[in-house]
Amino acid sequence: MSINTSFPKGVIKKISGRCIVLHGDDIDTDRIIPARFLKCVSFQDLGEQVFADDRTELKGMHPFDITSNKGASILVVNDNFGCGSSREHAPQALMRWGIRAVIGQSFAEIFYGNCLALGIPCATTSKDMVNNLQAAIKHYSQKILELDLNRNSAYFNGVNYPISIESGALEMLTTGQWDATTQLIAQKDSLERVISRLPYLNNFEDKIKTYPRN
Amino acid sequence: MSSGTLYDKVWDLHRVADLPGGSTQLFVGLHLIHEVTSPQAFAALEEKGLRVSCPDRTIATVDHIVPTTSQLRPFADPLAEEMLSTLEKNCQKHSIKLFGIGSGNQGIVHVIAPELGLTQPGMTIACGDSHTSTHGAFGAIAFGIGTSQVRDVLASQSLTMNKLKVRRIWFDGKLSQGVYAKDLILHVIRTLGVKGGVGFAYEFAGPAITSLSMEERMTICNMAIEGGARCGYINPDSTTFNYLKGRVHAPNATSWEQAVQWWQSLCSDETAIFDDEVKFDATQISPTVTWGITPAQNIAVDAKIPKPQSLKDSERLIAEEAFSYMKVKPGEPICGLPVDVCFIGSCTNGRISDLRAAAQVVQGKHVAKGIKAFVVPGSEQVAQTAEQEGIHNIFLEAGFEWREPGCSMCLAMNPDKLEGKQISASSSNRNFKGRQGSSSGRTLLMSPAMVAAAAIKGKVADVREILRESQTY
Repeated sequence: MSINTSFPKGVIKKISGRCIVLHGDDIDTDRIIPARFLKCVSFQDLGEQVFADDRTELKGMHPFDITSNKGASILVVNDNFGCGSSREHAPQALMRWGIRAVIGQSFAEIFYGNCLALGIPCATTSKDMVNNLQAAIKHYSQKILELDLNRNSAYFNGVNYPISIESGALEMLTTGQWDATTQLIAQKDSLERVISRLPYLNNFEDKIKTYPRN
Repeated sequence: MSSGTLYDKVWDLHRVADLPGGSTQLFVGLHLIHEVTSPQAFAALEEKGLRVSCPDRTIATVDHIVPTTSQLRPFADPLAEEMLSTLEKNCQKHSIKLFGIGSGNQGIVHVIAPELGLTQPGMTIACGDSHTSTHGAFGAIAFGIGTSQVRDVLASQSLTMNKLKVRRIWFDGKLSQGVYAKDLILHVIRTLGVKGGVGFAYEFAGPAITSLSMEERMTICNMAIEGGARCGYINPDSTTFNYLKGRVHAPNATSWEQAVQWWQSLCSDETAIFDDEVKFDATQISPTVTWGITPAQNIAVDAKIPKPQSLKDSERLIAEEAFSYMKVKPGEPICGLPVDVCFIGSCTNGRISDLRAAAQVVQGKHVAKGIKAFVVPGSEQVAQTAEQEGIHNIFLEAGFEWREPGCSMCLAMNPDKLEGKQISASSSNRNFKGRQGSSSGRTLLMSPAMVAAAAIKGKVADVREILRESQTY
């Protein structure tokens, strides 16, 4: 297991690190962290349990066990990664193992949002690009990948792989506002306004009884 | 871009602010919490020195970790006990209503909120559980969130979201006898794929949908997420209103008419614009069974497991993985595949109508030799109703176990688990590798009536034949 004590914080524009490749489409969050490890009131120990069952099955040959992958921080996956359960334990487990960014063909929506809330960008690229990148990493596993969010690029072994990050996520990461709580609380007046006009919070009073039409 | 849909209207009404980068701050009308995804959120809240913003819009229950044999406290599993006692402490500290064990209203969060009348049309509903899409059956916009977002909703009763596109999934016709809502949604997921719904809200509409009961509608919206759609919904109508009327938290007689008027005004307009539309014919759907490791890997019970060459390129790799994991052979029929365990329950199919449908199949018959079969009601209310109707006795006499309410073997965060390579016929929602508690355990998803049929035959069986034999077909 990689020891990585510094979790993401503040402005996130560039992430550099060695890569770890995980092949397969539709890898669900039950596989990332099996349900029995959700019996906890803290996320603290999840790093060691990431992909627990897949790792047991592969007897030391799973990418998260292979010695040369130790210390890697950028995970490169295929299609629909993180589907299924909404458990944030999945990105928490990846983060605590040492992952700081994920690149893949596509991500399940809840997983994508959960990663964002931890300051972990999920960057997408085409199927061909993912395949090329995964192949390149296989040959040059010790090289560093440089992910530049503002430039939409992943630079690896002399090749620029175009990536994309959804605009809202990009803004939040690059301005350091991905920990949303503070800005949500700041909108107190607007929240009050919404509450005051929602019929189900106001006994369905006459004045607001139908959907307002402009 | 969609306009005039229920999704657009509810979104607009709950929009608090536009955030930099194009996301929206969305007000959450009802926040449901449970023991698994809330403790870290409460801890984070306290770390930030914040309190719960709207405790009266937050409702708690315990479901994932509860044992279904004995629910006496303290639980035998100290970790499970710690999770429940943490939830109890957090709810007490922050003045949040908790429907605990023995309250008469405890159960799976997506079963109890509708039965208490908490789930209503036009609301935004969030919960740290992906199957929150269930509540869309009422014409609510309901979606699963992660623990950081649970923290945000606790702190501000709102969260950041991007607006989804809307795909209307239209169903003509009517489901045939022996074919259920579960078969319908599995059919959708097979056709559109497990990621087909990413970025979309699914509006389910058409004659086959409007003829369904509320509980059937919940089964459909529940599994929208298995097709990648974070939320699924159905426009509210008289079925919705009749279900809600008189429930504890539904609007009372004084405001009822006004509530109904408002709910009706939220329905998608006839002129609504959808980002996409897909049409199906409900009469073409047969009882359906999964054969693989994703909910999309399913076939009609009388069909054969697909051969790789008949699949799209993108489906072939995961199909090979499924053949090897499930130990099934391409080209062979699914009907007749022996099973070890039969599980009826879960937020997908643990409601009273599900138990009635299964009981109808089971009545006067017996579970096949060597099969472990058990029924887990979705809530204390469901259990109570079933016991009043004598349904529990039908199951007990047939050799099923009758358990206490909880999530049970859907995700096996409790003592209910598969062992080794056991294969289950399950009325739950996910057939992922290892999902039911054994890293080599195998799951066949199907309707509760089909699970009942499998229990009696000891193998995957066509429920229509059993119903026909019973002359109730």
